[in-house]
Amino acid sequence: MKVSLSWLKEYIPVDLDPQQISDKLTMAGLEVDCVENLYDYLDNIVVGRVVDVRKHPNADKLSCCAVDAGEDEPVQIVCGAPNVREGMYVACALPGAVLPGDLKIKKSKLRGEKSCGMLCSGSELRLASDAAGIMDLGEGHLPGMPLEKALDIFDTVFEIDLTPNRPDCLSVIGVAREIGAFTEPLGRVKLPEVILPPEKIIDKSIHDYAQVAIMDADLCPRYSAGMLFDVKVGPSPFWLCQKLESVGLTPVNNVVDVTNFVMLETGQPLHAFDFDNLAGGKVIVRRAGSAVDFTTLDNKQHRLESEMLMICDGERPVALAGVMGGENSEICDTTTRVLIESAYFNPVSIRRTAKKTGIATDASHRFERGADPEGTVYAMKRALSLISEICGASIASGVIDEYPLKAEPVEILLGADALNTRLGTSFSCEAIGQILKSVEFGVEQTGENQLNIFVPSFRVDVVRPEDLSEEVARLWGYNNIKTSYPLVPAQGKVLAPVLRLRKKLRQILPGFSFYEVINYNFIHGDSCDRLKLSETDPRRSVEKILNPISDQMSVLRTSLVPGLLEVMKRNNSQQSDSIRIFEIGKAFFARQKGELPREKEMVAGLITGNRSEQSWFSKKESVDFFDLKGVVEGLLGDLMIADIQFLKIDGDACPYFEKGFGAIVKTSDKVLGSLGKIDGQVLKNYGLKHPAYVFDFDLAMLLNLLPESIQAEPLPRFPSISRDMTFIVDGQIEVGAVLDQMKIFAKKQSLIEDYFLFDVFEGGSLDDGKKSLSFRVVYRSATKTLTEKNIKKIHTNMSAVILDKFKADLPE
Amino acid sequence: MQNSIADIEKEALENIEKAESGEALELVSTRYLGRKGELTGFLRNISSLPVADRPGAGKDANLLKVKLESLIQQASSDLEEQNKDDDRGVDVTLPGRLAVRGALHPITQVLDEISGIFMRLGFDVAEGPEVETDYYNFEALNIPKYHPARDMQDTFYLSDNIVLRTHTSPSQPRAMEKTDPPVRIISAGKVFRCDSDLTHTPMFHQVEGLLVDKNVSFGDLKGILTTFVHQFFDKDTSLRFRPSFFPFTEPSAEVDIRCVMCKGKGCRVCSKTGWLEVLGSGMVHPAVFENVGYDTKIYTGFAFGVGIERMAMLKYGIDDIRKYYENDVRFLGQF
Repeated sequence: MKVSLSWLKEYIPVDLDPQQISDKLTMAGLEVDCVENLYDYLDNIVVGRVVDVRKHPNADKLSCCAVDAGEDEPVQIVCGAPNVREGMYVACALPGAVLPGDLKIKKSKLRGEKSCGMLCSGSELRLASDAAGIMDLGEGHLPGMPLEKALDIFDTVFEIDLTPNRPDCLSVIGVAREIGAFTEPLGRVKLPEVILPPEKIIDKSIHDYAQVAIMDADLCPRYSAGMLFDVKVGPSPFWLCQKLESVGLTPVNNVVDVTNFVMLETGQPLHAFDFDNLAGGKVIVRRAGSAVDFTTLDNKQHRLESEMLMICDGERPVALAGVMGGENSEICDTTTRVLIESAYFNPVSIRRTAKKTGIATDASHRFERGADPEGTVYAMKRALSLISEICGASIASGVIDEYPLKAEPVEILLGADALNTRLGTSFSCEAIGQILKSVEFGVEQTGENQLNIFVPSFRVDVVRPEDLSEEVARLWGYNNIKTSYPLVPAQGKVLAPVLRLRKKLRQILPGFSFYEVINYNFIHGDSCDRLKLSETDPRRSVEKILNPISDQMSVLRTSLVPGLLEVMKRNNSQQSDSIRIFEIGKAFFARQKGELPREKEMVAGLITGNRSEQSWFSKKESVDFFDLKGVVEGLLGDLMIADIQFLKIDGDACPYFEKGFGAIVKTSDKVLGSLGKIDGQVLKNYGLKHPAYVFDFDLAMLLNLLPESIQAEPLPRFPSISRDMTFIVDGQIEVGAVLDQMKIFAKKQSLIEDYFLFDVFEGGSLDDGKKSLSFRVVYRSATKTLTEKNIKKIHTNMSAVILDKFKADLPE
Repeated sequence: MQNSIADIEKEALENIEKAESGEALELVSTRYLGRKGELTGFLRNISSLPVADRPGAGKDANLLKVKLESLIQQASSDLEEQNKDDDRGVDVTLPGRLAVRGALHPITQVLDEISGIFMRLGFDVAEGPEVETDYYNFEALNIPKYHPARDMQDTFYLSDNIVLRTHTSPSQPRAMEKTDPPVRIISAGKVFRCDSDLTHTPMFHQVEGLLVDKNVSFGDLKGILTTFVHQFFDKDTSLRFRPSFFPFTEPSAEVDIRCVMCKGKGCRVCSKTGWLEVLGSGMVHPAVFENVGYDTKIYTGFAFGVGIERMAMLKYGIDDIRKYYENDVRFLGQF
């Protein structure tokens, strides 16, 4: 909402400077976004004195003028105005000036004569209506002085970012009223007096011509109308154009301009109908009833829905009520009889229609926020009086004012104690009353600590005592309310386990050199295909966004993997080839229609590039599956999740892993997550060139496995001894299988503390298809130092079991 | 004979311990493991043992041999290391073998810091779904359908009644439905608006706070938020509370802080105003309490919300909100 200071001053005396006004409005809740000097466009336009005029040698109607523009030498400017003369003080636009209409002034040549600027008419500068000749500034000016200063014209435009609860301030009068609350002494808005000039009122009653019938009073509680005869449609006078333009509106014609002016002034939207296009002189306000097509005055066709409120004449719809008029009844050059509509419409109905049709107008903007139901007649009369004055029209006697659903005046019982408790203040009833009166609330003391407040009809946002507490607080000043601290019981809840798990993951993974990334929850619509997910994969039950920003962000993710691959791509394109990244976030799985999707929190990570770079102590080496597996093992180890199994993926559980390079992570029967090397085709689908390794885990599963508590164990008092065993086995045999057997054996042997693989060897002197596996077994007793004798048998037996189970051999 | 192996072991270990130079170690090695060494001799003479003892003794001797070899080698490399240090030291300017740590996303870091401040003030953490019903996201918060306030938040829809939450505020009614006052919670997380340009990303993060009890006042709201701003920025950062409008609070307030970039002189970041808008807040609207069955005559409360991206921008001087979601490791590595 834009409003100029000079316009405001027509209703409220104020001698604060624009910055003060802007600050005070902002601090009263009308946030001023921008304070502009209205005449900023006069930059580089100065007073010039014409010192010499000679005829242009090559053009009859042009003169070459020497103009003193305050510089050392006069400048030559070619001018076509008939009234230019020697000694005249003129408005001179110098190179660099930009005139309204985006006319840029440059040095140029006109018919062979140099011209270093332009002498301007009043209309060219939007300072006067006169377009016939250049502006004559009169005597006594100083050449070179900025025009704005020389003419002493000054106006400020405030751009206010209004919150939707304050439709009353979508008007100059509304803003002026707010200003009145902080001027000293308090000001009271002076409304323009509306007297319909008696000589303009003719002996024709509106009731003899027009009839208004409201069929749907729930959507149109009030409809007022007035009528004009002998209207001469034409351009508006200069003052009116200037006012509209000052707040960014383009003048149309005098009738429409007056309706717009009155709307800006009072906040009441008006509509002007060409009465001769209203069949039967009838105005019927009703729901559309059935689907019909309707063309609005911007020449667009809309399909109307049955619930939409329409203004109809005797035969057809003529306006989309409160939103936009119809092409079929708009004011045109030949219009002579005009019906002015000034109504109060149901805000929800207007908003629904505006949303459905996609039309947003100044009128719908005001109606959907709530106009003043008591303001219709005043605004309509204001328009009648202005149109009669400007368009030479005469006014029909009488007005129509259908008001079937009277707005009940709002009265609020306000207890001072409740207000003070809410705000942390100690206002007396008198003080509260004073404050509320400053913005035209009626106040009546009804008890020792109680007020009865009469809410003015334009304040549709105030309906309960809490609303009044805001009025008092904002007008008193939020910053004048004393700061205090709440006294609440020092009781707290247990932190949710998932918060602790998240925190733990965020401690562990950066320790493994991972950077955390955060991706959007929405991903590309074809992500499932890119990941090669099978038709039955549960990750295909995606939720689609009805109004996505783009295809790239059109479905909710069911996996964090696509996001990680995209991040890898972005980094690779910036020459960051070695990255380790992780993300903690939710995946979403569609359920029944109308139900919220299942939200599953995941942690996922990706590594790519080099494990070590070329340096004085290391060679460049690429990461592989076991770097990733080490991360996973370290992560689960740090979480103290024991008994993990890695099972090679067989089937299409994770089709985005290269065959033979993917594993499921399980404990007992529960799948915790997966890890693997990204498939070559999937890499291509994401435009990636380098191998990538990815893991992901379900937080809910991890959460179940976290130890409930940690019990410290005593440290061993006796030394351990270690013995190794090496087997030659078939190359197909998985180390995990051998370890599983060892585990079964070790369970029964209390002296075995640990056992692990320390070497794998293939080739050399081994037969093809064979490999050698070396394990170390650690023995320890809690009661004594072990000797060879104590363990010899166990060690031999353990070895024998493996030799037997896997048809293994001992090395030569 | 076993004793003898034990004796050899004990003696050998002592001698390794005592050796202070490579030469001395070499002598120890020769003495036990050399061609004429004691252990070698023992093994050679194993045939003189009773047949039954031979395999055990042989194995013990071999194990000791392996052990001594390894100990001598270890001692030798230890000595070498020592001697190297003694002589020339190392080139301390050679780059070290870097221990590389990753980092948390700046949004997480700022979110943790903000949550931490409120948790120290006694707020509990509540969480809600990121996909919400129209009811919790709007209706319960006093934003009926076709209310112009819905224009303040461009919403992503999954269906007529299911939305990506546009703010963390739905956690207010969700939390209040589950517990009676007093309530003191914060709720942090992702929120979504159908908006994407230079200064908006379609997803961003908020921390929401709610405190409800008897006698909670607007002054208390000012107190808590002042404490927060002073802890997050510094105690000299001044605040101003400015009337605004949120359908779920009454009175509503925007909180501006003195621009942390220019200290209030006016700069590009604060659009020359000297102030930065950082928080939305207000006293909980009675309609919200009515929706969850709280008695508005007994209880009052306040709520606030803060945008994490903006706080992180101010804290780290980040100039482009989109950087957060590009996840360039050169950016992530700076925090």
